[in-house]
Amino acid sequence: MPTVAPLDLDGHCVAAVFLADIPHFALADGSIHRLDHGHKTVQANDGLLCATLDLTGTKLITGGEDGKVFSTGPDDAADIVAEAGRKWITSVAAGPQGALAYGAGRNAWVKLPDGKLKEFSHPRSVEGLAFAPKGLRIGVARYNGATLHFPATDGKPTELEWAGAHTGITFSPDGNFLVTTMQENALHGWKLADGKHMRMSGYPAKVKSLSWSAKGKWLASSGAPAAIVWPFQAKDGPMGKAPLELGTRGNTMVTCVACHPSEDIAAIGYDDGMVLAVRFADAKEVLLRRPGKGAITALMWDKAERRIVFGSASGDCGVIDISA
Amino acid sequence: MSEALTQIPVTVLTGYLGAGKTTLLNRILSENHGKRYAVIVNEFGEIGIDNDLIVESDEEIYEMNNGCVCCTVRGDLVRVVEGLMRRPGRFDAIVVETTGLADPVPVAQTFFMDEDVRKKTKLDAVVALVDAKHLPLRLKDSREAEDQIAFADVVVLNKTDLVTPDELRDVEAAIRAINPAAKIHRATRAGVDLGEVLDRGAFDLKRVLDNDPHFLDADDHDHVCGPDCDHDHDHHDHHHHDHHGHGPVSPIHDVTVQSVSLRGREMDSKKFFPWIEKVTQLEGPNILRLKGIIAFKDDPDRYVIQGVHMIMEGDHQRAWKDGEKHESRLVFIGRDLDEERLRKSFEACQVAA
Repeated sequence: MPTVAPLDLDGHCVAAVFLADIPHFALADGSIHRLDHGHKTVQANDGLLCATLDLTGTKLITGGEDGKVFSTGPDDAADIVAEAGRKWITSVAAGPQGALAYGAGRNAWVKLPDGKLKEFSHPRSVEGLAFAPKGLRIGVARYNGATLHFPATDGKPTELEWAGAHTGITFSPDGNFLVTTMQENALHGWKLADGKHMRMSGYPAKVKSLSWSAKGKWLASSGAPAAIVWPFQAKDGPMGKAPLELGTRGNTMVTCVACHPSEDIAAIGYDDGMVLAVRFADAKEVLLRRPGKGAITALMWDKAERRIVFGSASGDCGVIDISA
Repeated sequence: MSEALTQIPVTVLTGYLGAGKTTLLNRILSENHGKRYAVIVNEFGEIGIDNDLIVESDEEIYEMNNGCVCCTVRGDLVRVVEGLMRRPGRFDAIVVETTGLADPVPVAQTFFMDEDVRKKTKLDAVVALVDAKHLPLRLKDSREAEDQIAFADVVVLNKTDLVTPDELRDVEAAIRAINPAAKIHRATRAGVDLGEVLDRGAFDLKRVLDNDPHFLDADDHDHVCGPDCDHDHDHHDHHHHDHHGHGPVSPIHDVTVQSVSLRGREMDSKKFFPWIEKVTQLEGPNILRLKGIIAFKDDPDRYVIQGVHMIMEGDHQRAWKDGEKHESRLVFIGRDLDEERLRKSFEACQVAA
């Protein structure tokens, strides 16, 4: 039976992560809470809006209302690593070799591994940022499509067009596909080799959470009463194929998804605070956490595949141990 | 769920450069009115107040891919409101300042179209600041100045000390001609009572008519102001009486926005709803605002409706009072409206006399 170690915090949880294998919870007020034989808190941004783990899993990169980017390690130190003036930093991304990207208004900045800073201006707002898995390549979600920059060189950016507002962005782990979330209830995808479009629509709500399964075989998403899981094994991705619908519930919506690090299983968080684990092969469900106070906003598996951290919009966070 | 479901009211402040928006914002932020405001501005500019809750945001107008030609939202507001609402304890209300040239429609539509924004906030009122001295010129050279007035629930006619009484009367008549349903407040140095601007509930169907009992009374010549009349006599009412018959006519030309005020008997709901659906579908792009009180046959309650382009909402408001005339009133504010056709088709929804 899974057991839950709760951590009741006061405020909206933006990120729940294993930072150097230790559960950490970043709240909207900028406090970062560490749960490791006791509860410790460190203050990062004054108003924390976005967060991502770096690729080593030992730094939490956060951007916020204060126009600053913080890097917080497991040693409880929150350091300012970038500042962008008075505008809100609304997206951050971490790339290979410690590269870092952040966006505010219509600009995106990339801090290269050698510490050099590159600025990219766009005609419209930077809505989302993601690094490609290989090479130094950054994708920007924007109105009417996405822009790909190569920050280490001065090459021309690649423009991918699709009408509508694109609000979030992710590359498949093999780097073959780019997928965006949209202002309307849909995802859009491009096969990068030939620019072929992939329309993934039919959601009753906006998609706010995406997670690639092991080796990028599947892409799980929120925005429906079930986790919608698109097959990406074929060379054209999910085109012409129906997605899996896992963990369907009648009276609530999926708000967060996190795929298992090695198996075809997803942890699914709901608007009422429930968390399930569901296996793709047979849709078998295991209850990990009963409904709580608020919608699940963050989920992550640990490397040992034994624990899951979760955070909620109301601050009732915790750690699920599935090995017990 | 323990999450508070109270929706935070949002006031939208429009107006041309120099109309006094910054002065009004500074007052909202500094005066002791017991409420805390988060303010979303396009540029920090001259706001002289240091406040963590002033958010600078690039106006991003996003068209929706839903087949509706007039569906646009302010994408930046979706994001900023989401961020602000993650720490709701910091403020009681939100004010959105738009740039001088901004179209107010996408701002307003954001609060109806976006599910997340709609869940957490509600549009309180659209307030237009107008510079009494420069309005005639603005109306000649830009469509936005007209749109801002046409779309407003409250118009603050500012800098009245810079014009003669005659000029003021003309300017006010021009505003009234563009938008007969808005409340007009004269002011100097944006010195309007903040209570007339904030927390108005202008989009709240239950409140909208309680705030303004003579709403849509523009050509009600029978009305005699008595001691229980709480509308603003100086600013609001008397000009209506100057223009008999055809509604007010703007003394300033170059006005392309028109309003169509309709009045009728009790309506047949089976005819009225399909009709208003059709009108908003077909004429939606031309309709900036619509507001109305409808008396339905065999319905003890007043039914109020309002709309923005193709978006329309309606609800029962309150019971008709004893002796209150069961009358239906509807006003359209927009462009290229066929008044004759609207009137005839509206009248065709009436129950037989």
